[in-house]
Amino acid sequence: MSGAFLVLASFLASAVEGVEALTIVLAAGVTRGWRSTFVGLGAALVILAIITAILGPALTVIPIDALRLVVGGLLLVFGLQWLRKAILRASGYKATHDEAAIYQRELAAAQSSDRVTRAGLDWYAFTLSFKGVLLEGLEVIFIVVTFGATAHQVGLAALGAAIALVLVVAIGVAVHQPLTRVPENVLKFAVGLLLSSFGTFWAAEGAGVRWPGSDAAILGILAVLAVISFLYVAVLRRQYEARELQTAA
Amino acid sequence: MHVLTGFVRFWYDFIIGDDWMIAAAVAITLVILALLAHAAPWFLLPVVVILALGFSLWRATR
Repeated sequence: MSGAFLVLASFLASAVEGVEALTIVLAAGVTRGWRSTFVGLGAALVILAIITAILGPALTVIPIDALRLVVGGLLLVFGLQWLRKAILRASGYKATHDEAAIYQRELAAAQSSDRVTRAGLDWYAFTLSFKGVLLEGLEVIFIVVTFGATAHQVGLAALGAAIALVLVVAIGVAVHQPLTRVPENVLKFAVGLLLSSFGTFWAAEGAGVRWPGSDAAILGILAVLAVISFLYVAVLRRQYEARELQTAA
Repeated sequence: MHVLTGFVRFWYDFIIGDDWMIAAAVAITLVILALLAHAAPWFLLPVVVILALGFSLWRATR
């Protein structure tokens, strides 16, 4: 059961970050050329693969209780960060991620930047693509490694991430534009819920807590956290709309 | 030194983000649970998570 959630969380998180990275790569490639952009992309992917190859096995040698306490705690804090922002976006207090606007902004910046060549590469395209993919990829790696190591299934987590990235790239190549129709906040909400629920379960278990129903408690935590999160969205949305009406009046 | 502070700031923003109080509440609760070990109440962390999230949202929207 946790295997299915593991693949799902990795898949969804990777899809979200993949879409954001695709926007940056597309902007660089369309304005500055694809060769330098792809070299930057490839360099970032190599570094991300090395980090995963080192961290994944390294984390599994740590005693499981200590691993679950620390890594579970990190996962919980990270997941709550995603969930908090998703709730604020869903209720209107925070602007949703506008992939089209970000693409236009990156296009304009790339078009106006000077052409500097280093090692035969358009340096702006290389660094933009490299930094964009590396930063977005680090979030994926964090989720894959922490979630996977705590469940002792890093390979499965990496599989979910790989499927998502292949899908995003394939669709991006097919449509040749940023993927603006992806319901990013819905995906981030789901990932935030999954990471927070599993983080809560594992961190507490690492501290010595005995959950009623053992692994089945994860479903209970997920269900309760989902209901509470939807309640928070409903309350905040009503509050936001009331304030907007007051401001308009 | 600049590289070191930049590195620390990156990881702080990456994991903790906008509200450090959530991370603090989680950390304190985990310390309490670890000290209580098998006598720790299972519902403590979920309750703290729900309350910390609610409090953070309230602070962000007032």
